[in-house]
Amino acid sequence: MNKSMQGKTIEQVNASLARRYAKDRRFRRLGLAAIFSGLAFVLMLFGSIVSNGYSAFGQTYLRLNINFDPQLLGVAPLQNGAGYELKTLQQGDYGALVKAALRAEFPEVKSRSDLRELYSLISSGAPRDLQQMVLSNPAIIGSSQSLWLIADDDIDMVVKGYINRKVAESERRVNDQKIAWIEQLEAKAAVARQFNTRFFTNGDSREPELAGIGGAIMGSFYTLLITLVLSFPIGVSAAIYLEEFAPRNRWTDLIEVNINNLAAVPSIVFGLLGMAVFINFMQMPRSAPLVGGLVLTLMTLPTIIIASRAALKAVPPSIREAALGIGASKLQMVGQHVLPLALPGMLTGAIIGMAQALGESAPLLMIGMVAFIVDVPAGIYDPSTVLPVQIFLWADSPERAFVERTSAAIMVLLLFLLLMNLVAILLRRRFERRW
Amino acid sequence: MNLFNRPTLLALTMAVASSSVMAASRDYITIVGSSTVYPFTTVVAETFGKQSKFKTPKIESTGTGGGVKLFCAGVGVEHPDITNASRRIKASEVEKCAENGVKEIIEVKIGYDGIVIANSKSAPVYNFTLKDIYLALAKDVPDPQAAGKLIPNPYKTWKDVNPAYPAVAIEVMGPPPTSGTRDAFVELAMEEGCKKIDFIKAMEKSDGKAFKAACHTMREDGAFIEAGENDNLIVQKLVTNPNALGIFGYSFLEQNSDKVKGSLVNGVAPEFEAIANGNYPVSRALFFYVKKAHVGTIPGIDDFLQEFTSEKAWGDEGYLSDKGLIPMPKDERMKYADDAKALNNLKM
Repeated sequence: MNKSMQGKTIEQVNASLARRYAKDRRFRRLGLAAIFSGLAFVLMLFGSIVSNGYSAFGQTYLRLNINFDPQLLGVAPLQNGAGYELKTLQQGDYGALVKAALRAEFPEVKSRSDLRELYSLISSGAPRDLQQMVLSNPAIIGSSQSLWLIADDDIDMVVKGYINRKVAESERRVNDQKIAWIEQLEAKAAVARQFNTRFFTNGDSREPELAGIGGAIMGSFYTLLITLVLSFPIGVSAAIYLEEFAPRNRWTDLIEVNINNLAAVPSIVFGLLGMAVFINFMQMPRSAPLVGGLVLTLMTLPTIIIASRAALKAVPPSIREAALGIGASKLQMVGQHVLPLALPGMLTGAIIGMAQALGESAPLLMIGMVAFIVDVPAGIYDPSTVLPVQIFLWADSPERAFVERTSAAIMVLLLFLLLMNLVAILLRRRFERRW
Repeated sequence: MNLFNRPTLLALTMAVASSSVMAASRDYITIVGSSTVYPFTTVVAETFGKQSKFKTPKIESTGTGGGVKLFCAGVGVEHPDITNASRRIKASEVEKCAENGVKEIIEVKIGYDGIVIANSKSAPVYNFTLKDIYLALAKDVPDPQAAGKLIPNPYKTWKDVNPAYPAVAIEVMGPPPTSGTRDAFVELAMEEGCKKIDFIKAMEKSDGKAFKAACHTMREDGAFIEAGENDNLIVQKLVTNPNALGIFGYSFLEQNSDKVKGSLVNGVAPEFEAIANGNYPVSRALFFYVKKAHVGTIPGIDDFLQEFTSEKAWGDEGYLSDKGLIPMPKDERMKYADDAKALNNLKM
């Protein structure tokens, strides 16, 4: 009887085997499909950002023969004849040099409206470049030089192919005449794309070719510096107290629930709070990285506290008992034994919190950091903006050339986030101990 | 390794926390207000920052209402000096300002902005009348069967509205209610179109509330889509969907003339000249307001006014017109430039 039972069970098992294996395979395939579809979405996102944005790292320059004519510039020579007065060098009409060079390049252009069109080939930032050149080396006045000057954003768009030259004139922004001029210059190899260093050094500008993320990066840097300096020590101290010293009672439970709750509060709420407390009540300046950093501190604190507590919990009790057993005080036990072991986990948590803060723009809306700021901030009181806000502002700008710049700025932001997360992973790999 | 014996972190924290008392003075102009005026003010500010000895003004895009609120909060360095507005300041706002001590305000009208109804280049050109726009986009419209009665908008395609249009489903993307463009569109297109219907026009006098509800309420059944504040997004959607129409400012049409085209309204195309001379019906004036008490306290305000009201900025061939601002006629420009120079007070 036993034997027959056994045979029956085996039969049953064998019969269901194929089905169970199939179930297993199906589940694995579903899992794989989930991962691949996730990856596909990420690739699609990155693909569209990179394909839209990579061209912003290059900028079109036009080569022109600039004649540094002292008369045209209106610079006055010094009494002793050795050089020029600094004030006149600063105020010289460098735009006239560019215009003269364009007229010399295209002598057939005569009428006033055509000249206006011609002058708009070169960016309004070019005269400033010439001014910088002259100020650093006044000896070039009087000489004639072949220089690469930054082109206007419309020209940049044509050269990069975003504005199609083939379609009818009425259907594009740049008229036939300008395209003919560009082609004339191209035939002389006087059109080139160079690496766009301005994009990384300049502040915001309404001229896309002059706009850069330098100001936003510095703003993000100061804001994050404040956030880190405030939230890391406060967060770690809070975690240590709650985990190692605080008694377990209703109050600490309440605090714990609140901290977990705060981590899930929408960030705009912190912005409103920041506006009410820091700006309206404490009279701090609007748009300053100081206030931005304070608001983001409020936002990242819960994340850091939670991560730090988890890191402290992961340190085995035997370490604490051993320290206390040989006569260490509680403070010594925490400071000399537990904390060093928990620190890598805390740092990881802090870096992830910082990465979150770097990508945040909603709370900054309320405290005036969503603003047009040209000057690169030089301190925590200067008005400034941050990278995600800069992306938001550019995405909303009508000029065509801002489309690629928006994507390029997103690429830079993603790169920073990637680096921060990489550092977090490396820290964990390098220092974390498992028991 | 004792981390508690390291006072550096703590000292740094203290230094930052204790320095929170400052900002007694400010050496740059602060501007808030309308996102429609923002692209123009920013250009002026940038030019001003480059050419003058003053710092570049800081400009926040807060929307007209939000800007006026900040502007009217009081006098002093912590309050903005200038607010941009895509409509004229309201009498109630001026009162609110005065209550907070902002008694003297200088009004500067900077020019006009057209609101266009655009669609993809590949789609046919529409020639709308304001009445048709109202009939297609209002929540409740007059019952075609029974005169003098409002019914929920029954029109599904443009052909239903007017047989002259193609049989294409009504699909219009426009700005949300928080936007000044929406306010202006409702006021200039919807209300004007609505007044073409006699019994509603009669309501304006007898029952202002019902009139407003009938004229100002946009459809909520999917024919009118609130597409958010980002006009670039609307342009992109129009390109992918040739049946859709989009409502946005003239400067976006100008920048994307290779992708989208503006519909005619009352037979007039949204072109520079037509908006400038007032023939194009859906256009509005743009303003900014200056706090007189700050002139002289915050450096550079009068110079900034001069830059903004100079011919090279807001003139017929000025750099603002390159950015899509429609200039005022010359005598109007002169008047506002004089007012700005003499710091004349706003007259309601």
